Amino acid sequence: MTNMMSYGLEIGQMLLALALAPGLVGLVRWLKARLQNRLGAPPWQPYLELRKWLAKDVVMSTNASWIFQATPYIVFGSTVTVTLLVPLIATPIAFDAVGDLLVVVYLLLLGTFFLALAGLDAGTAFGGMGASREMTIAAIAEPTIALSISGLAIGSGSTNLGQILTTTLTDPAAAISPSHFLAFAALFIVVLAETGRLPIDNPATHLELTMIHEAMILEYSGRYLALIEWASWTKFLLFLSLLANLFVPWGMATLVTLPTLALATAAWIGKLILLASAIALLETRVAKLRLFRVPELLSLSFVLALLAVTSSLVLK
Amino acid sequence: MPTLLQKILRVGIATEQLDLAETDVVQVVRQVEAKTRRLLGRSLAIREVDAGSCNGCELEITALTNPLYDSERFGIHFVASPRHADLLLVTGPVTRHMEVALRKTYEATPDPKLVVAVGDCAKTCGVFKGSYAIAGSVDRIVPVDVFVAGCPPEPTDLLRGILTALDRWPKS
Repeated sequence: MTNMMSYGLEIGQMLLALALAPGLVGLVRWLKARLQNRLGAPPWQPYLELRKWLAKDVVMSTNASWIFQATPYIVFGSTVTVTLLVPLIATPIAFDAVGDLLVVVYLLLLGTFFLALAGLDAGTAFGGMGASREMTIAAIAEPTIALSISGLAIGSGSTNLGQILTTTLTDPAAAISPSHFLAFAALFIVVLAETGRLPIDNPATHLELTMIHEAMILEYSGRYLALIEWASWTKFLLFLSLLANLFVPWGMATLVTLPTLALATAAWIGKLILLASAIALLETRVAKLRLFRVPELLSLSFVLALLAVTSSLVLK
Repeated sequence: MPTLLQKILRVGIATEQLDLAETDVVQVVRQVEAKTRRLLGRSLAIREVDAGSCNGCELEITALTNPLYDSERFGIHFVASPRHADLLLVTGPVTRHMEVALRKTYEATPDPKLVVAVGDCAKTCGVFKGSYAIAGSVDRIVPVDVFVAGCPPEPTDLLRGILTALDRWPKS
């Protein structure tokens, strides 16, 4: 693979992730509306919202400091960087050597950390409440992400995401090993927590007392809100891609030619739609957990991740 | 789970078609600029402000999000913060205690923004007129674009008012 082509692939995959993220969230909302017997907004509604926010004014609290203004750019920037590091449609990618799974997990945590700071910064009661809740959840969820992917990493002997994928591709039997199943279950639960889906956080709620992600961004408006929401939608897409690609890597392009890339993109989008439908169905079915019950669910997923690591060590 | 899914499938889509009949409940005070209408036309975030209403209007407003009226099909949804909002839906006569809150909410909403005043009280103060606790009608506190009459107005009338402000209601 020539250098030019692999960098082109990186840029292409970043643009594709940013372009598809609003559509994916719109699809989940549309599916949920249909499951609630509603007509619902069309799946492309988030694009219209983005356009509106970008054209609107920004209103800021007089108490807000530079953190408040810098946060949207940090959150968006770190998410865009992660889109360059996660193999979405092809493997290996040019930036595989730049960052492994730990970099991916902690870049996303950097965004969460600054969001929590910004929630506190404007000095509203709800912002602080959201920040404290988000940190409570992140403190339990983040190690689980790293640990569950480590379960796969031990099997392939590398924390490099591309390397993990290639191992599963060359050895399909690994995909039905106990560690894969356990790690998938663990990662699925933390993905729900990290992206603010039910039963941990309700993305459709506008009740201040129950919200987590939205409580931190209540003070944002205009282009700042656009950047933060776009970043959180992209994070959702990235986590679903991790679920799809790490555990079911088939369909990914290993050669960079136009037909294989087109096929890989189609397979990737197909997998995303499948996962999005599963989440829409789950969100229709389950009720939100009481906040104090959330750590129990997250500890469960941590134990699953730990078991995944143990089983991949024992069964190696 | 099967019973829930069966019920969902059996009911199908519960959302009703909007009744396009002309009524005189909507009174447009100010024509909204074409640029604003284009921007907010397909994606509108509403912040509901109860400035002292009896909660009759709130009951009808709540109905906007249910499967029957489903305001989301027009891209209209409710938000928790005036910073996220494009339109303030103000109900009730403005009480002296809510006067500052309403004004601050209006200031906290980023431009371009619209104000739709809901219910008879919002325009005339209704039965509360002349009370010592009342600061006045909504248009005396913040600039109003559209009034929706009724005590309380039906959800269809509310949609009619909001869509008229956005110039999306078909004119006969």
